[in-house]
Amino acid sequence: MFTPTKRNTARLALALAATLALAGCTAADAADDAVAAPAGESVTLTDGWVKAAGSGMSAAFGGLTNAGSQDVTVVSATTEAASMLELHETVENETGELIMREIDGGFVIPAGQTLALEPGGSHIMLMDLAHPLEAGEEVTFTLTFSDDSTFEFTAPVKDYSGANENYDPS
Amino acid sequence: MTPPDHGARARSGSTRRQFLLGGAVAGVGAAAAIGADTALNAAAQEAPPAPPHGEQTVPFHGEHQAGIDTAAQAHGFFVALDLHDSADRADLTRMMRILTDDAARLTQGAPALADSEPELAASPARLTVTFGFGPRFVERAGGSRPGWLGPLPAFGIDRLEPGLGDGDLLLQVAADDPLTVAHASRMLLKDTRSFASVRWTQQGFRRAHGTVAPGTTMRNLFGQVDGTTNPAPGTTDFDRVVWATDGWLAGGTGMVVRRIRMDLDKWDELDRGGREQSVGRYLASGAPLTGTDEFDEPDFEATTAIGFPVIPEFSHLRRARSENPDERIFRRAYNYDDGGAGAEVSDAGLIFVSFQADVDRQFVPLQRRLDQLDLLNEWTVPIGSAVFAIPPGCREGGFIGESLLT
Repeated sequence: MFTPTKRNTARLALALAATLALAGCTAADAADDAVAAPAGESVTLTDGWVKAAGSGMSAAFGGLTNAGSQDVTVVSATTEAASMLELHETVENETGELIMREIDGGFVIPAGQTLALEPGGSHIMLMDLAHPLEAGEEVTFTLTFSDDSTFEFTAPVKDYSGANENYDPS
Repeated sequence: MTPPDHGARARSGSTRRQFLLGGAVAGVGAAAAIGADTALNAAAQEAPPAPPHGEQTVPFHGEHQAGIDTAAQAHGFFVALDLHDSADRADLTRMMRILTDDAARLTQGAPALADSEPELAASPARLTVTFGFGPRFVERAGGSRPGWLGPLPAFGIDRLEPGLGDGDLLLQVAADDPLTVAHASRMLLKDTRSFASVRWTQQGFRRAHGTVAPGTTMRNLFGQVDGTTNPAPGTTDFDRVVWATDGWLAGGTGMVVRRIRMDLDKWDELDRGGREQSVGRYLASGAPLTGTDEFDEPDFEATTAIGFPVIPEFSHLRRARSENPDERIFRRAYNYDDGGAGAEVSDAGLIFVSFQADVDRQFVPLQRRLDQLDLLNEWTVPIGSAVFAIPPGCREGGFIGESLLT
């Protein structure tokens, strides 16, 4: 497993938020935003689970459903189980190898759709685990959206032999 | 179980056909109309496509665990596990939460969480998963152990192999499809790895689904009907025989699993009359030797012209019967056949499974009588034996074993 480089997560989150604000805010959107429910209230998680791990890194999976009429964007995740979390996507690198990396701009969940977080695909990466994650324990996560609203969910830990993608933090 | 909206599908199917054909009739001549009418009638008489049996489910949640009063499925897999030395009460709770969640999903045709072969979960085929606890599990959980939970008394006929007996946790995984059983078992066992290791497994079968009418008493590999006198699920009689009423086990039961090797080669040497005498029933009908129907009550007083009992004193039927109405059990056995080697063409027998509220009071006296005298012992040898406490079922959101672990 790869040891991630140190980053200033707070600064990263701020940068992401700023990018989103610039890119996504047209006049029409602004009008809709005024009446739209906070993203955190239209999102639910189904079949969530976290891969058991003794130390180091792990990942959380599940289906994030956006029942609202507006696209929402998850910009960050936190949990007491790990000091550092990243939102990862899995992509092919230039040699055709599948690698995971932090997604630019966060997870977009289109209106009325479900974003599948799964082994080999997008997932929430846990780094620097606070304690071993043991099968059957429950882990609580808080997702923060681009509108600063939040959504909390709890997912059980399961033993799983897969989800060993290479991590490329570049 | 009621099959899912079979009729509704049939109706909507023919309605659609009538509508489409009706449009065609309007646009063509009379001759064509007659042809279309014939086609329409033929279409209407077509048997509606039956939903695959694999879609059938047995509810997981409830007062009792499924897989006990559930009509026995075609395939049964039994696995006993030894808890890791380090597994404490908190670990057992975490394990049972995970296993309960797996079972609740898989039995309803949904993949377990982190199921790496979700397609194999799509056809539950009446899958049930039943959990049982051995004495050490109850001890580690800090619960009070029922007096009967432990190895059975030693019987003279036993030739027990340690690798085929006892265990801390039992899983009974049963369905009408063997691939479903294999997938569910593997999924569950993967989730036990942090807490326990496999001690023994036994694979059993009955008739395939649809081969005989539902409710037909199963036959073992000796060709005998097996389980004729079972109390019927859903009756107060069944409830009294099977369900425990006290403490954390209330709504649960006691389970005996014994692997009985059957010497089919030696059985081959016995003629039909001898076979029927040994069990006290006719092979063809399953009727007692004093009756004509499988469910006729045996007449133990009846004698032959020369004064011998018609149902011999040594027969299995007579020896298994008690005057004491408490000494009854509910049988739910499976056959096994692991194939032969060399001149021995079979390694076969019965996975004897019985459920009873109190193993000591109900099963042991019965087995004592069979141990002392039962002509069938000539051809059968118990080689594995285990007893488990089967905790009650749970509600949605709960977990199996919660009455012991919380």
